[in-house]
Amino acid sequence: MRELNAILTIAYRDFTKFLRDKPRIVISFIFPFIFIGVLGASLDANLSREVGYSFLVFTFSGVLAQTLFQSTASGIISLIEDRENDFSQEIFVSPISRYSIVLGKILGESLVAFAQVVGVFVFGFVIGIPLSLTQILTFLPIGLIVCLFGGAFGIMILGNLSNQRSANQLFPFIIFPQFFLSGVFSPISNLPWYLFLLSRISPMTYAVDMVRGFYYLGTPEYSKVVLMSPFWNLAVIGILFLIFLIVGTFMFVRNERNK
Amino acid sequence: MTPIIQVQNLVKKYKKATSNAVDGISFSVNTGKFFSLLGPNGAGKTTTISILTTTLSKTSGTMEIAGFNVDKNPSEVRRSVGIIFQNPSLDLNLTAEENIRLHTILYGMYSFRPTFSLMPQEYKKRVFELSEVLGIKEDVFKPIKTFSGGMKRKLEIIRSLMHRPKVLFLDEPTIGLDPVSRKNLWEYLTSIRKSEKITIFLTTHYLEEAQDADHICIIKNGKIVSQGTPQKITSDLIDEYVVIDSPKKEQLRKELTQQKVLFKENGGFKITVKAKDVWKMIRSIDTPLSLVRTHTPTLEEAYLEIVERNETTNA
Repeated sequence: MRELNAILTIAYRDFTKFLRDKPRIVISFIFPFIFIGVLGASLDANLSREVGYSFLVFTFSGVLAQTLFQSTASGIISLIEDRENDFSQEIFVSPISRYSIVLGKILGESLVAFAQVVGVFVFGFVIGIPLSLTQILTFLPIGLIVCLFGGAFGIMILGNLSNQRSANQLFPFIIFPQFFLSGVFSPISNLPWYLFLLSRISPMTYAVDMVRGFYYLGTPEYSKVVLMSPFWNLAVIGILFLIFLIVGTFMFVRNERNK
Repeated sequence: MTPIIQVQNLVKKYKKATSNAVDGISFSVNTGKFFSLLGPNGAGKTTTISILTTTLSKTSGTMEIAGFNVDKNPSEVRRSVGIIFQNPSLDLNLTAEENIRLHTILYGMYSFRPTFSLMPQEYKKRVFELSEVLGIKEDVFKPIKTFSGGMKRKLEIIRSLMHRPKVLFLDEPTIGLDPVSRKNLWEYLTSIRKSEKITIFLTTHYLEEAQDADHICIIKNGKIVSQGTPQKITSDLIDEYVVIDSPKKEQLRKELTQQKVLFKENGGFKITVKAKDVWKMIRSIDTPLSLVRTHTPTLEEAYLEIVERNETTNA
């Protein structure tokens, strides 16, 4: 019970911070608009007829997953910022499990990511993306899983970093290629073997494909768009989540205490 | 009385360091006492506090706080201590009360509530009580971005006392505060020490703050170079003396020599004598005096003596 309260309060702090950070809110809404509105719409106008499905919808579903995954992962990196502001001392001397700290942080950043995704949905409605109630309701638990996964991925990266500067330099390098390897904007059903390999070791691939798997479930485009069964994706994500979380937390705590 | 803090042969060697930051120190602090760890920058004070409060790993040694082994029961130790860190560790995006609330929930005192009004009466009462004593009652719901350094310190003290710790660690708590804020803070700390019967563990560079300590430990290069009560440390090291002078220097010199009083001349006559015996000595002198200046040594002088003495032996 105590640990649960700790997780909730750490998560709440994160979400409060987001709500009070106006520039961050604005920026977090702008990116999906660019990705879907500009990139998605232009690809749609030029390529959709060739491939036989709407690129706008394709990009929309990809950006949903990517926003959740990336936002949570990069949010976790703010644990480093806390360390540099000396706030982490306060959390680290408190009598709670180190896993609660990390889980609270992941949960908080998941909430932040969901808030951003609301914007993506609104934009989707405006440009006429077909969205049924079932699709939206299925998205809630699936989206949460993507967030938790992104968070665990973030802690894994964080466990290997020592300061904000290296985080800022390294993070885009790790995230950016995954945009393309995981097929957020571009189809990856046909890839040369080396890209295929890279695509399958990019964690974001499974998140994007799972979200699409559930979104396109029962539609004629399913077989053209979705690569792997959503349940296979779910299993891979579950296993990677546990590995990332345990190894990442262990390394992060070790870095904090062993200097 | 049983010691509430016990440290034996504590050693810390940082990664990639060539020498030990803390090099085999041992001390103990009794319950309810005011203990002060002094030493120059880089002596190992913050390292010692970090290890005692479980945020840094040790290299070797054993430590116990409030009956709990620091390595085996870190959670119990964390629950028993409050800490004011050298660098303020507040979340600047939150209000003062939100910082306090976060703390109490992390310490398992209350269940999570998203607003102040939903918190239990007991919590509200204690927040108001403590913030009133510290004089920041009006600011408790304001974002702390607007707080001065002194107010932030006070807020951290309120926060650290919320879970009623048995030991309060203060790592240079008044650094960067103006004299008035420092004075206020100390008045408050002295009063809570009495009302909460709390043990205080202080590191500081302002030696007058350590003057009231029950026990002092001076460390240098990770080793203890002196310990005891402030009175003992000062009297062991620095002589109490009186300086006298007279317009008739010749006559005074003769008289002192006759009375077999040892003196040193440097401008006046410097005579080593305990403060309580000064009057006796003055009465025995017939030569008219133009100057009588007694000197009572301060902790600061003793400290400088110890630290500088070690400087020369190290060199």
